[in-house]
Amino acid sequence: MKPVDVEDLSIRLGDVPILSGIGFSVAAGECFGLVGESGSGKSTVLRCIAQLMVHWQGRIRIGGTDIRRMPLQERCRSVQMVFQDPYGSLHPRQSVRTALSEPIRIHRLDRPQERLERALTEVGLPLHFLDRFPHQLSGGQRQRVAIARALILEPAVLLLDEPTSALDVSVQAEVLNLLSELRRRRGFTYVMVSHDLAVIDHMCDRLAVMQAGRIVEILDRAALIGNGARHPYARQLIEASLEHERGR
Amino acid sequence: MTAPLLDLRGLSVLYPGEHGATLAVDNVSFTLRREKLGIVGESGSGKSTLGRALLRLLPQARITAERMTFDGMDLLSLPERAMRHLRGRRMSMILQDPKFSLNPIRRVGDQVAEACRIHLRCSRAEARERSLAMLEAVQIADPRRVYHLYPHEVSGGMGQRIMIAMMLLPEPDLVIADEPTSALDVTVRLQVLRILDRLVTERGIGLLMISHDLNLVRNFCDRVLIMYAGRVVESLPAADLERARHPYTQALLAAQPRIGGDRSPLKVPERRADWKEPIGPQP
Repeated sequence: MKPVDVEDLSIRLGDVPILSGIGFSVAAGECFGLVGESGSGKSTVLRCIAQLMVHWQGRIRIGGTDIRRMPLQERCRSVQMVFQDPYGSLHPRQSVRTALSEPIRIHRLDRPQERLERALTEVGLPLHFLDRFPHQLSGGQRQRVAIARALILEPAVLLLDEPTSALDVSVQAEVLNLLSELRRRRGFTYVMVSHDLAVIDHMCDRLAVMQAGRIVEILDRAALIGNGARHPYARQLIEASLEHERGR
Repeated sequence: MTAPLLDLRGLSVLYPGEHGATLAVDNVSFTLRREKLGIVGESGSGKSTLGRALLRLLPQARITAERMTFDGMDLLSLPERAMRHLRGRRMSMILQDPKFSLNPIRRVGDQVAEACRIHLRCSRAEARERSLAMLEAVQIADPRRVYHLYPHEVSGGMGQRIMIAMMLLPEPDLVIADEPTSALDVTVRLQVLRILDRLVTERGIGLLMISHDLNLVRNFCDRVLIMYAGRVVESLPAADLERARHPYTQALLAAQPRIGGDRSPLKVPERRADWKEPIGPQP
């Protein structure tokens, strides 16, 4: 269990500021949500934490250690990411076994077979799926494989970028249950991006509302149902979601 | 009561394949008047196939039906020439993602005007005027500026409004909207739906809304059909969706997280074979 601290995170692409002065802290074992419209920079925050983008300013710490000071291997074993589209994030010509073996090989971990089996069992897939290819899996199964791949290095922090928005309601329910169960059992810290406030409410303890590269408000989950936000944009976003759910 | 705009009885769509044929739509019957009818179901339930079959946009599939008429015309036997006259002009389709359905290398205004020129045979100047008026009707603030933009220069929400303008400009009688807002953000989605709702109501269009979002069809449509494994398993007024009786519909409703919910594990539908049996009054 490790906390995540982001301080004054900013990034520009050319002259365009993408993130400005982002700051939040996620306690060890907490699930923290990031919401906002597309283009508001939610995914970019995750990409900075995962060091998929490197030219940012500010400070990001995981378990108290500056991620820029962590050796690559240690960083990969502290934080892993699950992407939105399970169709795009698995190599179409690699079997599940190959996809899951790669991190084990790179990190020279012992007992590879045991780890493969454990990861697959943990996400609720039968062992014979090891020899399947992505096209032989449904969307929900693929997302489970992507989660298994993230888990195999036993990271403390999982970054979840819209993990269920490419999935149907019923498959979404499966994946969300799995993520809740894993957090309860293994004490992961989650930072989760979603445009669906009902999903955030179901999963997260606190959330940050983002607009145009800034955090406009950080709220407790309890503030959603009665729309207790103070910032006008946050209020509008929550109101739209409540209206969508309540109906006319 | 007037005759229905769309009358389907026993529609089946079969995709032939190497490993045997797939029955994507299985004996579906319903009628559509000038109303908003929602079709929900998960991916693979056949809802999009159904929409495409109505426009005969499935050259590889085998479409059979006891009856499939649009405004009295038999869609199964209509020659392709006549079908081309219907498509876009009297029946049109709004697709999910404007990023893929707008031509990336043409100005959006010209694409809207093309719909007008082809279907209404009007002059270039008139097409332009009408397109600008239509862009205004979908609440684009500065239609003259937007007219000259390329698709990559507009946001998703604006792109979808442009698609709606293009599809509604020839004043069709039936619009099939296949997940028209699932690529959009919550706030933009409400905006786009309000515009679509107003235009559909004002112009008396029949709308078939295909979606996997139960909240959306409940808020937006008059009636809802629920599809499972290619069949319509339940049909009910949208306002009664919460009181659905079919176990599959109930399972879908229970699988949805809700704001302020108790965060207990979500119910995962178990997919039973007997769910293919319809329940309640059949359309």
